[in-house]
Order: sequence, then C-alpha cells, then structure tokens
Amino acid sequence: MDTGIGARVRRKEDHRFITGKGQYTDDINLKDQTYAYFVRSPHAHATIKSIKEPEWAPEDGVVAVFTGEHVAEDKIGGLICGWMIHSKDGSPMKAGPHPILAQGKARYVGDHVAVVIAETKEQAKAAAARVDVTYGVLPHVVDVAKATKSKAQIHDVAPDNTVFEWSLGDKAATEAAFQRAHHVTKLDLVNNRLIPNAMEPRAAIGSYDSGSDHYTLYTTSQNPHVARLVISAFHGLAPEHKLRVIAPDVGGGFGSKIFIYAEEVVCVWASKRIGGRPIKWTAERTESFLADAHGRDHVTHAELAMDKDGHILGLKCHTLASMGAYLSTFASCVPTYLYATLLSGQYAIPAIYAEVDAIYTNTAPVDAYRGAGRPEATYLVERIVETAAREMKIDPAEFRRRNFVTSFPHQTPVIMTYDAGDYDASLKKALEIADYKGFPARKAAAAKQGKLRGIGFANYIEACGIAPSAAVGSLGAGVGLWESAEVRVNPVGTIEVLTGSHSHGQGHETTFAQLVSDRLGVDINSVAIVHGDTDKVQFGMGTYGSRSGAVGMSAISKALDKVEAKARKIAAHVMEAAEGDIEFKNGSFSVKGTDKKMAFGEVALAAYVAHKFPTSEIEPGLKETAFYDPSNFTFPAGCHICEVEIDTETGVTEIVSWTAVDDFGTVINPMIVEGQVHGGITQGIGQALTEGCVYDSESGQLLTGSYMDYCMPRATDVPSFKLGFTETKCPSNPLGMKGCGEAGAIAAPAAVMNAMTDALGVKDLAMPASPHTVWKTLQATKMAAE
Amino acid sequence: MSAISMKVNGKAVCGAVEPRTLLVQFLRENLGLTGTHVGCDTSQCGACVVHVNGTAIKSCTALAVACDGAEVTTVEGLAKNGKLHPMQEAFREHHGLQCGFCTPGMLMAAVDLVNRKGKTLDEETIRHELEGNICRCTGYHNIVKAIQAGAENM
Repeated sequence: MDTGIGARVRRKEDHRFITGKGQYTDDINLKDQTYAYFVRSPHAHATIKSIKEPEWAPEDGVVAVFTGEHVAEDKIGGLICGWMIHSKDGSPMKAGPHPILAQGKARYVGDHVAVVIAETKEQAKAAAARVDVTYGVLPHVVDVAKATKSKAQIHDVAPDNTVFEWSLGDKAATEAAFQRAHHVTKLDLVNNRLIPNAMEPRAAIGSYDSGSDHYTLYTTSQNPHVARLVISAFHGLAPEHKLRVIAPDVGGGFGSKIFIYAEEVVCVWASKRIGGRPIKWTAERTESFLADAHGRDHVTHAELAMDKDGHILGLKCHTLASMGAYLSTFASCVPTYLYATLLSGQYAIPAIYAEVDAIYTNTAPVDAYRGAGRPEATYLVERIVETAAREMKIDPAEFRRRNFVTSFPHQTPVIMTYDAGDYDASLKKALEIADYKGFPARKAAAAKQGKLRGIGFANYIEACGIAPSAAVGSLGAGVGLWESAEVRVNPVGTIEVLTGSHSHGQGHETTFAQLVSDRLGVDINSVAIVHGDTDKVQFGMGTYGSRSGAVGMSAISKALDKVEAKARKIAAHVMEAAEGDIEFKNGSFSVKGTDKKMAFGEVALAAYVAHKFPTSEIEPGLKETAFYDPSNFTFPAGCHICEVEIDTETGVTEIVSWTAVDDFGTVINPMIVEGQVHGGITQGIGQALTEGCVYDSESGQLLTGSYMDYCMPRATDVPSFKLGFTETKCPSNPLGMKGCGEAGAIAAPAAVMNAMTDALGVKDLAMPASPHTVWKTLQATKMAAE
Repeated sequence: MSAISMKVNGKAVCGAVEPRTLLVQFLRENLGLTGTHVGCDTSQCGACVVHVNGTAIKSCTALAVACDGAEVTTVEGLAKNGKLHPMQEAFREHHGLQCGFCTPGMLMAAVDLVNRKGKTLDEETIRHELEGNICRCTGYHNIVKAIQAGAENM
C-alpha cells in the first residue's frame, strides 16, 4: 500500500479517538489535585472597589482565593501582545496593562477578577459565587464604530480608545488612480464578530514541585513552546528550564488556542502559592463564549476604481478593527499585516491604500481566528469586485479574469510578492464543476418553485507558511517564525520525529509520517510523530496560519536530508565503497554496479553499533536536527462558487451547491486536505448565515453566551461539497507546499454573500444573513417596488 | 451521597454519588471513562452522548442516580473483543473526525440512528438526525459519508 506523498492514508491518530482513548487536558488528573473557578466581572466596565471573602467553613472546601493583589505581590507580569504596530505618525501602539487577575478595574463582561481554589469543582464554583466584589460601574462601549467618541475611557494610555491608526500603501498614487477612473464602486461592509468555539473548551492543570523547584503546565495550546517562552520571559514565573508545558490531545483550536491566557498562567502560578498541589481549570462553555479570544469585528468602507473596460485601477479602504478590551497575544498583526497585505487579491491592482484604526471596546479580546485578517481581506475584495462587475454589467467571472495576476513573481502594492499561481486555471475548473453555463436554467427552474436562486464567486488568495523571520521581524513581530524538527532514528530503524508544530485535528501524526515514509522508504507504522511537550521537543513555534506543512514539514525534510547524508557515509564504510557510489532508493542503500545492499534499518543499527566506521570522522548514532526558516510566505489561492436558493415566504436560505477548486501546491494526503477544506467552508458558511457575536450596547452584556443564542452551523446548514484541485508548486519551500487549513473559511463568506445578493438583487446584505435579515430585505425590496 | 450500581460496557460497577452528580461526571470522574466528553453547558453539542438501556441520551442531562440499575454503553464499549464496531471503522475509513472531541458522541448518536432507522440512510435523514451533535472541524461532509457507510456494515 502506498503511504508516501499524495496517498490517501487513513489517519494513524484515529484509533485512540474512535475508541475513547484520546487524552485531552480535562481527561488528565494529577494526584492531590485541586480545582479553580474564576470570579468574572458581571460589568462591561467597572472599578473594583473591594473583594471580600466570607468566613469559609471546612465543608466549603476552599483552599485559597487569589486576586490581582497577590499577583502583584509575586511580581507576575501581565499578558502581552507580541507584535508591535506603529501608527501613521510613528507612535507605537497603545498597549494597556493586562494583568492575569484584574488590578483595580474590569474591562469586559467575563474579565478575570479573582480565582477560587477548592477541593472539588463544585465547591470552587459554589465558593466563587460567595466572593463579594464591590464594583463601581463606569461608562462602557461595545460597538467599534462608536468607541472613539464614547465616554468610556478603557485604558489610560489610549485616549479615545484608539490603539493605533495605521496605513499601508501609496495614498497619492491611489488618489491619482481614482481621479482617472471611469467607474467607482463603493461598499460599506461589516465583518461580523465571531466566537471560535473549538469543541473542546480550554483547560489547564498547573502544578509546582518544591523538591526540584519546577513547574508543569498541561494546557489546551496550539503552541506550547511559545506559551513556555511567554510565561517565563514576560510573566516571569520561572526560567524555561524550570517550566514544562504540555499540550496533549487538543480538541480543535482555529486560532483561539494560540494565545496565552490568564487562566493557564494563574493555575501554574497559584500552585506554588498553595504548596504545590496541582490546580485544574476547565472552562464551561459559557466561559469560552465570554473569555476566549473572539475573531473578526471590522467595519469598513471600501472603494474600487475601474477604467471603462473594467480593469481595476485602484483600491482604497478605511477599516475600524475592534481589539476588545485588551490586546491579545497576536491581536495587532491581524487587522494590519495579515489583512491589508492581501487586499490585492488575485488581481493586478496598480495602487492600493488602506487605513486601519484599531480600537478598544469593552468586549472580550479579539485575535486570530481561522484565516485571521485574510478572511476580512477576501470578504472586502471579493464583495467589491463582484459588485463592480454587476454595476459595470460585466460577467463576474470575466471581470475577474480581466484583472488576474498572470505572471510571477508578482509584486503587489501592499508588500507581498506572489511567487506562483494560476488563477485562471482554478476559475476555469470551478466553472466547469459548478456548471456555470447551466445556471440561468437552474435559476428559472427555481423561480417556478417560488425560490430566488443566486450564484456567487470568491476567488481568494491568502498568505500562509508564516513566515520568514527577518521579514516578520521588520514588520513588528516579536518572534521569528521558523520551525524545528528532530529526526531520531532508533537502532532498529524505527523513527521518532520531534516537531515544534502542534496537531489539534490536522492529522500531523499521519501526514508527517507520510513524508518520512516517502523519503526513507520505511513502513509508515515505524514512524512516530512527537509533539506538544517542551520536555521532549526542544523548541518550536506551533501551529497556526496554515504553516505546519509548508514550514513544519520543510524542517523535517531538511533534517531527513541530514539523516540520509550521514547514513550514506556509514553505508559506504560498512560496504567498503566510495560514498559517491552509494545509491539510496526505496529504503535501501546499494553500491552502484554491485549487488551490495543494506536496508535502512541495517545502516541504522551500524550507526549505533559503530564498529565499522571511524568514529573520529563520523560520530556514532543517527539523529539530526534542523531549523527551517521560510524564504517567503506561500500563496494558496482558489475559486469557490456558491449557489443558494432563498424561500421568499420565510427568508430561509439553502445552499444548494458548493464548488471549491483550490491550489495548495503539493498535497501530501488528499483525504486530509479535503477534510480541512470542508471544515473551513462550513465555518465560513457559519459566518455568513448563522454566527454572530452580539453584545448589548446598553448593558454591555454578551447576549450570545451559549449554544442557545449563538448559532453554530449544524449538519443541515451545509451541503456536501464538490471539490477540485489545481497545482502550482510553491517555489519557496523544498516540498512545494502552500497550506490548506484556512482556505475554506477565507473564501466562503464572500461566496455566500455574493450568491445571496445576486439572488435578492441587492447591493448590501449584512452577515449573518439569517432568515429574519433576509425576510426584512425581501419586504423592503417589495415595498420599494410598490 | 447515594449508592448506585449499573452495568457499564458490560461490567458491573457501583459508586457513591451526590444527588446532583450527572451521569457524565460519574462516567468520567468515578469510572475514569474519559472517552465521553463535555462540550457545552446547555445539552446541545452532543459530545456526551452514551446509550442507556439501548437508547442514546446526552449524559450531561441525566442524573447518575436516575441511571441506577441501568445498562450503559459508552464509546469505550463499542469495540468488542478487540474488533472495532463498523461505525468506528467507517469514521476512520471516511475521515469522519479531525480533532476527535465530538467523535465519541457522534459515534454513539450514529449507532443509535441506525438502531432506530435501519441500515439504509439517505443524506437528508442523516443530516437531520445530527441536529443534536455539533462538529466544528469536519463540516459534516465526511461524517455523513461515514454514517452512511457504517450503517450499511452494521
């Protein structure tokens, strides 16, 4: 059976998950463990006047109550934002303090004010309700469009609640392009706030061993090494060699588990305070809604300038981006370098100018969520391109084709250099699969049934493989974004690969093993992928931004090169041949022109036995490490086509057809890649049709705080998907991979909304386009016609 | 505390629980059967679905004391004598899981669905019947395929 690159290998990790043997953080229990429950602010904005504990009785089971004062006593630093953005005037972003337990003030409903640690989970929760916090309620603002003029002053450092006013592109050139324009399309867009909702709620177990003065943290993290670095270097809890962070099986992340959160830092810090007993915290779903970092929340005005033939001359936009009440770990780069840099889309646009104002609001922090900036960019570009085509009465596919980038490398006016792609090929294939020609007949048939049928495109591009360290450093990143790998060949020829990537559903234990199997010709079952433990893997940057293939696997590939090179030397000595005569094929080393041969496992054993080569020249053993830093971003791109039917009586929208043609470069395992696309599209459909985070502007309360109020897409909300692939290899990494994890979520909202506005014959429609929203639009259209 | 006993995955078990203890807590905390997951507080995500006396229920919505004397099957009890249940095989074969967190509930709901509706299931029926199970990873596409195939092999 083929288990190499390109094979649909069934997942190695599945057995434990389908038999109930997965080990998620909440499945782990440590000896003598206690439980934490957080006292959270019921107010959107308030001073904390006092925090009083009642007299606890023994049956209350309370071990300790900690507040921001205890944190300050121990000099534990606050949560950080690791990406510096400068405003247009050169001033640095205004980052307010973000203590792990509130100090003096709470800034959103759900802000962590105190923690109760008790013998059982139930006792901790019951006791938390009895902690008496006196608040002084302050004016609040939850709406990003109103925040700069609000009475609420969220952080002293940020007058008008403005974090930064940033811009990218050439303003004068863009204005000149608009002067020359034959037609200008204008659009106002809201990119609705989303709550990520990985199915596994966040959880942590912190423990401290006084014998060795050593901390251990189990946590639901996408990047445990970064968590250790931050907790060491910024929170100042312990040096890295005194802190082990383990991210075991993690039940989905979608970005929300990249960040360092207060709860996990509190658990590991407070364990020492209570004499080393472990402290476990598991979020209730409502806490996930309140206190996981949210996504999106942009308000944008955009304009697109065209010549008379529909060639795009320029694009300009102004975006207000909500940051929530604090700057989360990577919050600042999302509406800037992950957003405006993609505003050229798949098109050759000569001039672009983007302004982004990042604004504090009294809401949960906003940070990266599947796609992170790129869905917002694609939504803008693809909605305005489609609208422009309609206004200019040019077929939307043809309009796009006229403007495609067709030669590579292509330098956009917004930093990125696209390295490879064939956008017309994806469009062509998608038009065929979707039977675009047959659409008018389908629309007519739907009309006979009283349904409005519409079709919409999204020709997205994203920047993945994040990212060349020097490049992101020059843009303000506090870290390099390389990846590490260590390939340990055991004496019997089995292999452990240690990677700094982390898998939380992506199937790395399979795809990474496929690469090793392919390269070394060994059985895939002889390969184990090790990740998620800072005591095992030396360092790594984790999984986000569709980087684990393009960057993580490239690091493995580099380490495999070194393993092969050393094995060749050893094989040459053992078989008494010149190194140049050694051939390596299908897992076996042979001497050119002879029948001398050694299996990979035999060479591995020879490396450890070390009898037959000079150890003064070649060290015994077979283990190699590599750090891989990419030379460019990667640029996955594709074409998604959505068809909807809208019931004019009820406003209910049904997605009747979905075509996705993606170019991810090299595909290691098509089965897994297709699964990533399905999941991404569904999250995007969720944004377009069902999901929307709502804070009540009057009270500041989160109105969508459970699955009763926040509508997650169910199986009936989505169709089966028709997928196709085109392939242009990525020239920037040794495997030619681009990344596939976010594409669906990036493409889908624009495709759905373009289809719905087509069906309804309107220009504007807000997400989520619920039946109520659609019904109101239908009534307004009807009234306007009458 | 109340003493309860039940048969879980064919094995007699007993324990002392508070009246408010949920079945899912008893399974996870008393019996260490952590395959059954808790994904929400409102009985909607379905990660906690188990079978009680042959019927699928959400174990976050049942009191342990109410299940005194019952026969309970969890995901850990699906495979028999080291052989995977056809539904488990189908989820692996059709890539019906990614992070695996909703999977135990999906499997138990799927087996129950076949028990109720038979082995020949169309896509619409499966999608409709999954309204009580949320998956954030797969977009349901491969779960639907897996259930269809698993049903045929049951």
